[in-house]
Amino acid sequence: MTTISTEQVAAIARLARLAPDEAQLETFARQFGDILGYMEMLNGLDTTGVEPLYSPVQHATALRPDEAAPRCTREDVLRNAPEADQEFFIVPRIV
Amino acid sequence: MALYEAVIGLEVHAQLRTRSKLFCSCSTAFGAAPNTNVCEVCSGMPGVLPVPNARAVEYAARMGMAVNCTVNPVSVFARKNYFYPDLPKGYQISQFETPICEHGHLDITVNGQTRRIGITRIHMEDDAGKNIHSAGDNASYVDLNRSGVPLIEIVSEPDMRSAEEAVAYLKALHAIVVYLGVCDGNMEEGSFRCDANVSIRPKGQQEFGTRAELKNLNSFRNVQRAIEYEIARQQDVLEDGDAVVQETRLYDAVKNVTVSMRGKEEAHDYRYFPDPDLMPVRIAAEDLARWRADLPELPQARRARLMEQHGLSEQDAEVLTADRALADFFEAATAVCGQPKKVSNMMQGALLRELNQRAVTVDAIAMRPEALGELVRIVEAGLISAKIANDIFGELLESGAMPEAFVKERGLVQISDTSAIETAVDEAIAENPAEVEAYKGGKTKLISFFMGQIMRKTKGKANPALVTELLQKKLG
Ligand SMILES: [Zn+2]
Repeated sequence: MTTISTEQVAAIARLARLAPDEAQLETFARQFGDILGYMEMLNGLDTTGVEPLYSPVQHATALRPDEAAPRCTREDVLRNAPEADQEFFIVPRIV
Repeated sequence: MALYEAVIGLEVHAQLRTRSKLFCSCSTAFGAAPNTNVCEVCSGMPGVLPVPNARAVEYAARMGMAVNCTVNPVSVFARKNYFYPDLPKGYQISQFETPICEHGHLDITVNGQTRRIGITRIHMEDDAGKNIHSAGDNASYVDLNRSGVPLIEIVSEPDMRSAEEAVAYLKALHAIVVYLGVCDGNMEEGSFRCDANVSIRPKGQQEFGTRAELKNLNSFRNVQRAIEYEIARQQDVLEDGDAVVQETRLYDAVKNVTVSMRGKEEAHDYRYFPDPDLMPVRIAAEDLARWRADLPELPQARRARLMEQHGLSEQDAEVLTADRALADFFEAATAVCGQPKKVSNMMQGALLRELNQRAVTVDAIAMRPEALGELVRIVEAGLISAKIANDIFGELLESGAMPEAFVKERGLVQISDTSAIETAVDEAIAENPAEVEAYKGGKTKLISFFMGQIMRKTKGKANPALVTELLQKKLG
């Protein structure tokens, strides 16, 4: 049975910029463990010589020709930003 | 004092010279007004579908072939997850387990010694946007024009042992991307940039020391200086009995130091996984065969051929092959006059001087290689002196005029008529009795003084060989 510690959950939460409280850490740790345990059933199968399957879709990559074409106006692009001026997205100072 | 050896590996990012971005049709043009080449895909809107650019795949594969890589017929895009304001999706689309190219190598020569540098892999990825930090207000400004621009990352093995080797490897890579035309090679605009992993270890030790990753190396000179500084810094740390810390360090070109970038570290955990929006990239065998068939002659091979075929020195061949257009120019000019060494000298002298002065490349000037070849020919034939050729070079370069017609029209043709030169020689001797006396007394170096006098009288047009001959006869 896979066990996930609350420290591991906290580390993953930090990477996702989330701040769960103690009770949530416990809950997530248990749930993560359950999911991984369920997936562990797959390890019971012998996959020697089987190509890894990244997607159930088997068709070839659709590529597009290298042609540039404008799609959006700057006004459209900036419209949903929490903060912007006429030219840029504005975010809290980084450095 | 222990003797240390440096261990260096480079990660080079080259922006692919495509018109559109890697996963959307926004333009990649440099210098556009902020956020004008941005769409739903490259600004990370939910629900969009990235579609890879065929030419980016082709360019990445061609680069792999040029550096002896295996090109994988199937490669997989993966998400590299991290948060930063210039990364609107919250992840970069890169390649992880199955990159497009692997297991290559490149030979470099430093101080006459040839070494093989392994290339671990080349993968495709999209670039991030650009942050601009304002000094005044408490904000940063984000421009996403660069977001989604196609890059390849070329990762070397830790096979280099000195800053010189690292620079030689980087220059070789640079010449190749430019020859192939897959990248414009512009380091100032960031089209070709380099991070260096540097560690040191006592000579003879097998295992690697702890490495530092150097960033912000935006010129060949900075790569050299930053690595030299870092090697010396790590030696100091070890000799003080301390340990080198694994970290990212930023090179400050003004102070010539590397500075630790604290904070940003926090245990890199990018949680790569195959991007579910993208199918594996499959390259048809026919495409691979076609690209391989039309690989151009690469810089190293061309350098060797120029040395062999035209008898150029290694150094001359290196200068001339650093840029494909320059090498093409050389070969075309040589075809006209059959004087490879003279062409090489004139190109490395007058031509490079004039190009540098104007800050342009050889493909942006009016002068054709045939004109430079003709200029070499008329100097060799004695029609004009080398000095005149040098003096008029700038004008020829600007106008694209053919030299022979140009010098005839301007009356610059050299005087090879003995009687005309004799008059000037006689005048010069008559006007400078003291120097004549000194010359006869043994100061034979004064011959160049007389040469100068005569050139002045003839406006530089007297044939120097004839002048020397006459002077020696008359002063004799
Ligand atoms: Zn776009």
